Amino acid sequence: MTSLLEVQNLTMRFGGLTAVDGLNFKVEKGHIHGLIGPNGAGKTTTFNMISGFYTPSDGKVLLNGEEISGLPMHHVANRGIVRTFQHSTLFGELSVLDNALVGTHMTFRPNIFAAILGLDGAARRNALDRARSSLEFFGLGGLEDELAGDLSHGHQRALGMAVAYASRPDLILLDEPFTGMNPEETRQMMGLMRRLCAEGTTILLVEHDMQAIMGLCDNITCMSFGKFLAEGGPSEIRNHPDVIEAYLGGARHVA
Amino acid sequence: MRNFLIWAVVAVALIILPNLVSFSQQEVLVFLTINILVVASYRLLTLTGEWSLGHVVIMGVGAYASALVTKELGLWVPLGILVGGASAAFIAFLLSYPLFRMKGFYFLIGSFAAGEIIRLLWKRFRDPFGGAKGIKGIDPMPDFSIGIYQFDFFEPVSYFYFSAVVVALCLWILWRIEKSPVGLTFHAVHWQDKLAQASGVNLRSYRTLAFVIASGFAGIAGALLAHYIGTINPNSFDVEVMVFVLTWAIVGGTGTFYGPILGCIVLTILNEIVLRELGLEQTRPLIYGLILILSILFMPNGLESIVQKFTRRKEAK
Ligand SMILES: Nc1ncnc2c1ncn2[C@@H]1O[C@H](COP(=O)(O)OP(=O)(O)OP(=O)(O)O)[C@@H](O)[C@H]1O
Ligand SMILES: [Mg+2]
Repeated sequence: MTSLLEVQNLTMRFGGLTAVDGLNFKVEKGHIHGLIGPNGAGKTTTFNMISGFYTPSDGKVLLNGEEISGLPMHHVANRGIVRTFQHSTLFGELSVLDNALVGTHMTFRPNIFAAILGLDGAARRNALDRARSSLEFFGLGGLEDELAGDLSHGHQRALGMAVAYASRPDLILLDEPFTGMNPEETRQMMGLMRRLCAEGTTILLVEHDMQAIMGLCDNITCMSFGKFLAEGGPSEIRNHPDVIEAYLGGARHVA
Repeated sequence: MRNFLIWAVVAVALIILPNLVSFSQQEVLVFLTINILVVASYRLLTLTGEWSLGHVVIMGVGAYASALVTKELGLWVPLGILVGGASAAFIAFLLSYPLFRMKGFYFLIGSFAAGEIIRLLWKRFRDPFGGAKGIKGIDPMPDFSIGIYQFDFFEPVSYFYFSAVVVALCLWILWRIEKSPVGLTFHAVHWQDKLAQASGVNLRSYRTLAFVIASGFAGIAGALLAHYIGTINPNSFDVEVMVFVLTWAIVGGTGTFYGPILGCIVLTILNEIVLRELGLEQTRPLIYGLILILSILFMPNGLESIVQKFTRRKEAK
């Protein structure tokens, strides 16, 4: 059985620095898969290669066994992989609802002729329903008309996910979704991710909050200095000597 | 119903307006109408965050194309105007390949260079473009009658009515585009292209789309101009005119659909009433430059911000 996502020997060099070095792992359909590692381990760079933001220096990204590495980001998105960004990246000048509407772009392709002639009413209504349900899912239902830039940090993180979810992707890449959330928000968000997963969305999650990672993930890949370090379920990773060593070396605690 | 009434009043006012002013002011009304289309189409491009210095030259492409197909091939003028728009859109499409390898400042400079190259081609090739002297004796709109009104295109009033209808139709289309999901995508491309692309938006296609549409409408404006003044040359579309368009857009503000239009109207009135009366016509570029600087310093969001202040206050009451 092919996995939903597989990276083979994935490598990214920036000049003399090898940010990701021969990384291999697989993400199974229906799982929440964690990708962890100390600061600067290369997690975001890995996301950038999977999502098509960077072209890998070497190695491959396979989606359902098909190579997608090197495709531009919008092509990767159209194949069903959508990502969020580590630093809240939103359309700050647009309303919350408009942000979510942009997320529906792939499902309800704008058609300029239909728009001028007013023949796209049904598509617009469906897009609106989709956008609203995505906001509702992430608890942003009452904030539709706010400017995205005015939201609290936690709401901004949630909106980033709502925009991604609005396209109903097969695989969603979340880069540190819990930063800036208080414990209560984190707990709620974990619940939403479980629901998302139960609805059939596979999640690849980068996160430093070990409690969240251990509580959510079916499988965890740990990397350090760009290299694969260990893989396994939460309990294996928690007790893995190399992982503990990497984090203590990086002055971080494993919960 | 209320909207319909407002538009009916506007229409009646526009029908009456040219009959209240002098002949030379009627001519100004025609230019103003055409310039409104130029500046409104320019705004569509700015929605994606790109500012071009070639817009007026693209307008010229429409003027030349329409002048040539009507003069040389004998095409009916209204069709020629459409051909003008289509030609401008097509040239913009071709230019998008080199130009959209660049963004921001580099796009600005690239668009200027592309425009100058087109102007050089007009100057260089006397056949068919007429060289530096340009094209003279461009076919006027053929007269026609709609029963209650006889269009006589030697009269500026008739041409004002004709161009007002064409421009109104174009503005309506531009407005529909802006308020559609396509318009939203333009905004998305502007404000955060990374997230737009991660949401599946093909950035290049949308930038090109905005550029092509904006250019098409600029081409129609150019064609309207050509068939009115009857003679065009490369200097009709030089950078000085581009500076006027930029000034209208910036003074009016590009945050709303009506901002640039407002800028165009206010500055034209200022120009005609104040400058011409005071005999300061010659200093127009200087005064425009001054207005541009002052408005950037003291009114960074344009005239539209003043309008918004008033409408907001009314809402609050
Ligand atoms: N565009 C770039 N050019 C040069 N070096 C880069 C670039 N992007 C990342 N790096 C370097 O690559 C390494 C990995 O960075 P990356 O952002 O992938 O780490 P990370 O695991 O996401 O870290 P964090 O947990 O802090 O987000 C770092 O040393 C970083 O400085
Ligand atoms: Mg990172």
